[in-house]
Amino acid sequence: MSLPWMQHLILAPVLLPLLCGALLVLISERHHERKFLIDLVGVLGLLVVSLVLVHLSDSEHWPGGVGVYLAANWAAPFGIVLLVDRLTAVMLLLSSGLALASLVFAMTRWSRIGVHFHSLFQFLLMGINGAFLTNDLFNLFVFFEVMLAASYGLVLHGYNSMRIRAGMQYIVINLVASFFFLIGVALIYAAAGTLNMADLAGRVSGLDADELVLLKLGMTVLALAFLTKSAMWPLGFWLPTTYAAASPPVAAMMVLMTKIGVYVVLRLWLLVFSDGAAAGFGFDALLWGGLATLAFGTIGLLASQDSGRMAGYAAVISSGTLLAVVGYGQPSLIGVALFYLIGSTLAVAAFLLLIELIERIRTPSAAMLALTMEAFAVEDAPDEPVGVAIPGALAFLGLAFAGCALVITGLPPLSGFIAKFGLFHALLNPGPGEALGRITWVLLTLVVLSGLAGIISLMRFGVRTFWAAKDVTPPRLQLTEVAPISLLLLLCVLLTVQAGPAMDYLERSAEALHRSEAYVERVLSEPVVSRIIEGDRP
Amino acid sequence: MEAVIAISIGVLFGSGVWLVLRPRTFQVITGLLLISYAVNLFIFIMGRLWLDRPPLTLEDGLVDGLVDAGLYADPLPQALVLTAIVIGFATTALYLVVMIGSRGLTGTDHVDGKESSK
Repeated sequence: MSLPWMQHLILAPVLLPLLCGALLVLISERHHERKFLIDLVGVLGLLVVSLVLVHLSDSEHWPGGVGVYLAANWAAPFGIVLLVDRLTAVMLLLSSGLALASLVFAMTRWSRIGVHFHSLFQFLLMGINGAFLTNDLFNLFVFFEVMLAASYGLVLHGYNSMRIRAGMQYIVINLVASFFFLIGVALIYAAAGTLNMADLAGRVSGLDADELVLLKLGMTVLALAFLTKSAMWPLGFWLPTTYAAASPPVAAMMVLMTKIGVYVVLRLWLLVFSDGAAAGFGFDALLWGGLATLAFGTIGLLASQDSGRMAGYAAVISSGTLLAVVGYGQPSLIGVALFYLIGSTLAVAAFLLLIELIERIRTPSAAMLALTMEAFAVEDAPDEPVGVAIPGALAFLGLAFAGCALVITGLPPLSGFIAKFGLFHALLNPGPGEALGRITWVLLTLVVLSGLAGIISLMRFGVRTFWAAKDVTPPRLQLTEVAPISLLLLLCVLLTVQAGPAMDYLERSAEALHRSEAYVERVLSEPVVSRIIEGDRP
Repeated sequence: MEAVIAISIGVLFGSGVWLVLRPRTFQVITGLLLISYAVNLFIFIMGRLWLDRPPLTLEDGLVDGLVDAGLYADPLPQALVLTAIVIGFATTALYLVVMIGSRGLTGTDHVDGKESSK
């Protein structure tokens, strides 16, 4: 008996980038068109796979909408388990959509200013997808490291002194965070004797008091590692500098990396601490940390003049909102929080891509590129990109900027508004018999204030760039630079128009997250594929 | 034995933390290495401390076809620590390259890329 081929699709989001990346290493940098094509095919393949997975996880194909893949056919608590449910599928879709946009954007310029951009890009995708899929803590560490190692390379891509300075700090912080990750994993193993997340959740109620303390300690240390990635205050000072220094397509992908921290906290915390012996542990810390992050991001956004740092602080605000909402611990909030996550990721990524084009208004002679070339001695400097330049460049830049700003600040009519409205609605209707606490008002106020800060800051930037500049030269924009930004913004529009179905889907994913018992049961009961050994055959 | 191991891990980790917080990249990388040693030892002892117990099941260790778990050390932390060593080594090596690049580009080995004004 063998596994139906559909089941192997679960592994595809890891395997496909691995193979593409490995293939790309072998091809010389001179054939950049060929490299780009292979990379593009890989990303498109990922997009198709994740669409299929979104469909499968929401149909009756798998019991409970949870697809389980037992690596090397080892039964659940012993081997590594990969797992797809609705949340994973949605995150995979987000990562492949964002990857498509970043890759196309990088085609004409950014992928050519250094070596191995495409391989690193594929390895980054492998790490990200693996982190979404895995159900094993140590395996999660491995995928985190794959992702981080690729991101170190990508942050330094197009090597100049600003990037190397930011990159060095980024690497040290993440190395230390990885060591904390390992300590956390070791403590959890010492306490519970397992690293499989589902098995861990099942065992929590059977632990005695000492072991429970050890487990909580382990989870706290582990959380430090994720919260560093998702830039929770005071662990997130690296973020704005790194975002501003990284090349735009890389920075756009890094927006997704901050969301992985949130994703893991969401998954792990709801699984282990939503009910049972240690119910509610750490939620307060997440809430207060999230609020502090929100305040920090708001102040930072108001204070920054540089567009790259503004985007960084916008990402900090979005992380802070998500962490605070997760920590708030109200089940009806999670679906909306996921909606917010998708919208804000797309918008901040689009903004990061856009600001490079906007900078060309200020410095028409492509000073950015010159800055990049300063140190990295590229043998053949990329020629002035050939391609289709689009008319109405300024109109596009203005409109796209307005679109990003609307989603980031949460103004109507785009998806940011729907997300914030949904958050407020869920916060103010806590369910029968529950009163609104003071903390609810603090959270509401901070979210509103962060939106206000976003409006002030982005408007200031927009006015200064588009209206108050003395002599605006319309920059020359390539189709491959305009298309990705349009794609990301169109996705935001689509999310607005199709808000009903999207929200329903996310509500279902959130609901599944809260049924940890069903989840544990599902993972541990996945049957192995029985092998027919020669001698056993009748 | 527990006390000795615990103290040595603590000393390694403490020195590592102190070095990581220093302003020179060479001190930082030395600190990272010390921390990684401490962490690897820490993972290793999470399978408890045993003397003279193999992590592998042997043929003659079977009692009625079953394994007597008391005779063996926990193999999982040993497997974990192996992976952790490899990954930690690789990422630290990568940092070394960046560090040298930074020294070449900025002309200083200060972590901020410029000397602090005195």
